[in-house]
Amino acid sequence: MSASGETTGAQKIHLTVNGEVVSVRAYPMERLLDVLRHELGLNGVKEGCGEGECGSCAVLMNGELVNSCLVPIAQASGVQVTTIEGLAKDGRLHPLQESFLACGGAQCGICTPGMILAAVHLLDRCPRPTLEQIKEGLSGNLCRCTGYMQILEAVSRVARENLPR
Amino acid sequence: MTLALTENHIIGASVPRKEGRDKVTGRARYVDDMSLPEMIYGATVRSNIPRGTIRKISFGSGIAWGEFVIVSAKDIPGRNCIALILDDQPCLADGVVNHPEEPILLLAHPDQHLLRKAVDAVSIEYDEMPALLTMEESERQTEIIWGTDNVFKSYLVEKGEADSIWEGATHIIEGEYFTGAQEQLYIENNGVIASFNSEAGVTVWGSLQCPYYVNKAMMVLFGLPEEQIRVVQMETGGAFGGKEEYPSMIAGHAALLAMKSGRPVKIIYDRAEDMVATTKRHPSRTRHRTAVDANGKILGGEIEFVLDGGAYATLSSVVLSRGTIHAGGPYYWPSVRIRAKAVATNAPPHGAFRGFGAPQSLFAMERHMDRIAQVVGVTPVEIRKRNFLKPGMTTTTEQAVREQIDLCHLLDRALELSRYQEKRERFEISNKNEKLRKGMGIAAFLHGAGFTGSGERYLSSVVGVEGLADGSVRVLVSSTEFGQGTNTVLCQVAAEELGIPYENISIAQPDTTTVPNSGPTVASRTAMIVGKLVQSAARGVKQTLVASGLLSATYTPEQFSAACQNCVSARGPLRSYSRYDAPPGVFWDDAKYRGEAYAAFAWAVYIAEVTVDPATYSVTVDDFVALQEIGKVLHPLLAEGQITGGVAQAIGFALYEKVVWRDGRMSNNQMTNYIMPTSVDLPPIRVFFEEMGNVHGAYGAKGIGELPMDGPAPAIINAVEDATGMRFVSIPLLPEDIYRAAVARQT
Repeated sequence: MSASGETTGAQKIHLTVNGEVVSVRAYPMERLLDVLRHELGLNGVKEGCGEGECGSCAVLMNGELVNSCLVPIAQASGVQVTTIEGLAKDGRLHPLQESFLACGGAQCGICTPGMILAAVHLLDRCPRPTLEQIKEGLSGNLCRCTGYMQILEAVSRVARENLPR
Repeated sequence: MTLALTENHIIGASVPRKEGRDKVTGRARYVDDMSLPEMIYGATVRSNIPRGTIRKISFGSGIAWGEFVIVSAKDIPGRNCIALILDDQPCLADGVVNHPEEPILLLAHPDQHLLRKAVDAVSIEYDEMPALLTMEESERQTEIIWGTDNVFKSYLVEKGEADSIWEGATHIIEGEYFTGAQEQLYIENNGVIASFNSEAGVTVWGSLQCPYYVNKAMMVLFGLPEEQIRVVQMETGGAFGGKEEYPSMIAGHAALLAMKSGRPVKIIYDRAEDMVATTKRHPSRTRHRTAVDANGKILGGEIEFVLDGGAYATLSSVVLSRGTIHAGGPYYWPSVRIRAKAVATNAPPHGAFRGFGAPQSLFAMERHMDRIAQVVGVTPVEIRKRNFLKPGMTTTTEQAVREQIDLCHLLDRALELSRYQEKRERFEISNKNEKLRKGMGIAAFLHGAGFTGSGERYLSSVVGVEGLADGSVRVLVSSTEFGQGTNTVLCQVAAEELGIPYENISIAQPDTTTVPNSGPTVASRTAMIVGKLVQSAARGVKQTLVASGLLSATYTPEQFSAACQNCVSARGPLRSYSRYDAPPGVFWDDAKYRGEAYAAFAWAVYIAEVTVDPATYSVTVDDFVALQEIGKVLHPLLAEGQITGGVAQAIGFALYEKVVWRDGRMSNNQMTNYIMPTSVDLPPIRVFFEEMGNVHGAYGAKGIGELPMDGPAPAIINAVEDATGMRFVSIPLLPEDIYRAAVARQT
């Protein structure tokens, strides 16, 4: 990466977001969270704490679950990012999105995008998780509304019914 | 027992959450997702001392101050207060500060990074004054910081002959109990956008519970009539009471900056600011002195209930009221005297939080019941059964129990569901032989739904239902959705009443220019009170169509839709409004605090199973049974979600969530050091309902939202005592507290 003579320090950075190659101008230490929200209009990425505790800004980066508030954009050059906006295909919800709806996994909705991405990440690694593994897999995502029970059920249901993910 | 509403009924069915699809796809629009042309950002300069007078404000070097919009108290066009009950809280401190983090100056700028630097560059010099940091200091009145005696409000409830009971008592049992502050910790921080122009006046879009509270506060702050204030609720990412009164403050700040700058202003708190500056649950102290007979029957008693209100009155009087009325629990007191007061300290004002005073006084009552059982020598089960309220008896405010409740049955069922007896016997043996100590704890409790006493009559809420040109129907309420299911349940009620599909009903975004004032979304009142009004307004739409000859008395959904279209195209808007009417025979005496405190109570028995590890002193909740009677369950999935969420929040209240105070200021204002439960910290929360009809609510519904906050803490601490034999009277109970008690016991 080079600043290519820019006096502002902002750089041009390329990355793939939800399957599309995009280029953004950003300061290297700008948070991936802010770039996704402000530059790319992906408002499904939520800020809850800004210090990597709550997981509401979680996205998938090269298949890994990351808190986008802790990722400087400079580190995201060339990566593949998936946000909640990238899950539904052709207007059809992802099975986890369907399951969250059916099981009551979304109440206020603010933790939901990050929570669903954490569940996607978990089921990618571990298609048949035990309840303990689901709890562990979602433990980086805080929810204040549900007490988690209906979220755990939503994830179990997708795993149990072996729905295509 | 299930109330008979069979197939084809929308009530009682778990229909899809109205805004659910937007929430799982990330399309739901919260205030921070919104932007307006020319919008700039606002920030708040706050006090860093608990009490004093402002001597000097300096603007440091290195900042282009000319680019900033700066607002102080002098810029307020109306009255410098956040209008609520007593209007004693300033919007911006004017010369005097009464708590840490009190707003003093407002700054706005297009660049958020520069804004943050500018806030840090403002320095304020004070002449400090002695601060009162605890309830006890406030009660000693070494300084008077509010009114003439530091007391925001006091209540006296008297029933029977409270002075003559002591002579006949076999036992007189005393106890003192404490609960700490608790942060609501909604995952979406507080935030608003405001705009101003001289014709339209003030417009606010925000994350909030009560649009009309903000409306009223803006009228007073700007000296503008109602027509020049518009408040719109955006999707709200959790609230729990934390967005009941505080949004008026942020809205005022953003609107003042908008007025001065001529541009829309967005203020979004970050987590640290939200935690340190906004309201929390009132810390409490409750003293019980109870006279019981040889069989453990309560003869009477004295209860003293004290809340720490923080620096301004805000909602403390109302929180105190609910705590006072719930202080006697679900038990029959032939005589009782309850003295309650909310006192001032130099901390940020404490405010609304799910349960609203009841979790505090019920923690004390349910811990005290176990204490009484020990002294009398009966089990925690037996002591409760001997004292439960029964139909026909009266509560501490002399409200007759008219519902056919059977609390003994409720308790028996909870014992069965938790396998209480079997486990207790097993634990009694295993605790002697094994390292890990296990125990079971019970809490029985009640929660009143709706505003207290004459509150609903004063509110006089109005609800509208509107037939639209496309033949569908829209609900018009200021009641807000913040996760609990308002949108869904109110649409269900309208669909059921009109006999048309749930999909044909929508609900308007709360906007004070388009929806009537259906009251605040608080006090577990929405399903019961507002739901009933929606039902009656929907009936009005139907009656209008029938009376006009466009619809016959029996109809299909298609015929309804056609009639609606015809009516709107021929005559214009088709709206029906309904206003709250107090049920007949309801009597409440505000002066004596006597009478029908609530239109209905929900009843519950919760049972906790815990493990205490004597090596780490940590407490784990292994199983949790939550059994409640809430009238008709309108939406089983949402109802269950309310209970599991409330229980989880209350487990945090009992075991994890400690606000650390330093000079009146929260010092652990981060999610890294204020710990709420994660998915691995919680037991299976098993939820069960009993259904009993309630004549007051929509289709027999009672309030539900706050109930689950009341019982878990005492059930858990009772279980800890059962496991360890150690008597804890204060929450949150952290491992270090157990460690200290264990050390003290050994020495």
